[in-house]
Amino acid sequence: MSFKTSYFYTVFWQRFRRNRFAMAGACIVIGLFLLSLLAPLITPCDPTTIDAYHVLLPPSATHWMGTDELGRDVLTRVIYGARISLKVGFVAVGIAITIGTVVGLLSGYYGGWVDAILMRVVDIMLCFPTFFLILAVIALLEPSIWYIMLIIGVTGWMGVARLVRAEVLSIKERDYITAARSIGASNSRIIFRHILPNAAAPVFVAATLGVAGAILTESALSFLGIGVQPPTPSWGNILTSGKDYLEFAWWLSLFPGVAILVTVLAYNLLGEGIRDALDPRLQR
Amino acid sequence: MLTYLIKRLLMLIPLLFGITLITFAVIHLAPGEPVDMQTAMNPKVSAEARQKMREFYGLDKPLHVQYVTWLGRMAHLDFGRSFAPDNRRVTDKIVERIPITLSLNIIALVLEFGLAIPIGILAAVRRDTLLDKGITVFVFLGFAIPTFWLALLLMYFFGVKLAWLPISGLHSLGSELLGPVAWFWDLAKHLILPVGIATFGSLAGLSRYMRSTMLEVIRQDYITTARAKGLSERVVIYRHALRNALLPVVTLLGFSLPGLIGGSVIFETIFAIPGMGQLFYTGVMSRDYPLVMGILVIGAFLTLIGNLLADICYSFADPRIRHGRA
Repeated sequence: MSFKTSYFYTVFWQRFRRNRFAMAGACIVIGLFLLSLLAPLITPCDPTTIDAYHVLLPPSATHWMGTDELGRDVLTRVIYGARISLKVGFVAVGIAITIGTVVGLLSGYYGGWVDAILMRVVDIMLCFPTFFLILAVIALLEPSIWYIMLIIGVTGWMGVARLVRAEVLSIKERDYITAARSIGASNSRIIFRHILPNAAAPVFVAATLGVAGAILTESALSFLGIGVQPPTPSWGNILTSGKDYLEFAWWLSLFPGVAILVTVLAYNLLGEGIRDALDPRLQR
Repeated sequence: MLTYLIKRLLMLIPLLFGITLITFAVIHLAPGEPVDMQTAMNPKVSAEARQKMREFYGLDKPLHVQYVTWLGRMAHLDFGRSFAPDNRRVTDKIVERIPITLSLNIIALVLEFGLAIPIGILAAVRRDTLLDKGITVFVFLGFAIPTFWLALLLMYFFGVKLAWLPISGLHSLGSELLGPVAWFWDLAKHLILPVGIATFGSLAGLSRYMRSTMLEVIRQDYITTARAKGLSERVVIYRHALRNALLPVVTLLGFSLPGLIGGSVIFETIFAIPGMGQLFYTGVMSRDYPLVMGILVIGAFLTLIGNLLADICYSFADPRIRHGRA
């Protein structure tokens, strides 16, 4: 690592570390990662095995979060649900970021009619209420997890495209780009080697916030019955099936609800923390 | 100014075209036909009758012909008739829903701006104090909690347990017999939960934005100058800083427009509010193609017009936009 980049990360880390909210968010995000990776090692139960003799048990020493209407361990389902919900978040955001970055890079770098056409596409997409588009596509196709991730991604790239375009417009006027061009670097080399790394920071922030948004969108779709389909547990559909037992089995909806809440909160605080730590204007 | 206006109006044409194209594509992604939905459950419908129905709806023609026919009819604002049993015109169905969703969303938007702006300013002025941190957690909680869960919890608590608030619809049974004051009070009670929850959920975005623009403005030299002149902190913040911090917030108002007409599917489903969200949801679930296409196109079109008006207003305020460099 060159002196310049290592200095960048040192300063970033120093400023990020001071922000307690952001640090808490980062710890939760990492913890959730480990939890969903190690799910089978952590919990002895199976998330889909039905046990008719132990239905709707309140939280106890054997079932920390109780059992649901089919006798499944809620804790196990919440842990496995983390896998699905995070997967939805990451893949959807991955798609959105990829489309957005490519469109933003092309638009900002080439300008002219490429820019005009791509930005009009962005304008058109932004005219639709996003949730309506998602709803229409999922309901008309079928509510499979792949369609859900795909459509959340395909309807969520416009903000990233505008962000990247704005970054590129300012970066491409810098001296090091002129220098690269003067030694004969190709367009693709300039774009991917010199512009992209310098435009990456705000994209990373947008991605962090996007994961939170995608998890919420999946839970809203689940509520309407067209999210990830049971028996595969997602936080959205555990919460949705738990809502019918609100009055006499509070644990069914409380734990998945809190899981979504804490995760979305953590991703938001992390995203804000990264943004603040990257922003030179916020120096005190 | 005139050239700017003409340019913007001409720009509408490709955008409108794109809107119709995307809408058409979304609808025709789906496998199966609406005719299947209506007839599959009914064994009495013969293949012949089904074919007649397809012809009636124009579904037997190739896609591009369907698209052009649809475009042509839309040019005279004819969005066709709903596939639902009532067979009403799509435009009629939409027109009766728009005022409900629009007024609900405007109330929520006014509350959102009315609360989020002062909250954001307060957080910026008291930066890094306990108050700032409390506000941060509060607004993010509103964003992070799944709305339908919060809505159901509050509905259960205030509506069922305490029985303070009604839990569905906009009016109580027999409300038309009430006097105007009682009628209004009845409506207000129905709105508290949906509007309150919608506002709580939307505070985060705007108040965080307000906080960061305010922080940026406070660091400017002219604020230091104002303080150096010996002006009171009150005057510095509200006279000098606030005005400049508010300008970018106006742009955010423009971004709120698609949501205004769209309405929330979740709230309208939970609270049984007969708005656009609910209409769209039932339309999508029953594969009512003309209705779904009508809502998408009309919604996007109204948003386009709204954005245009916002930009024109903004260009009066900021001459840089009028003259090229957007």
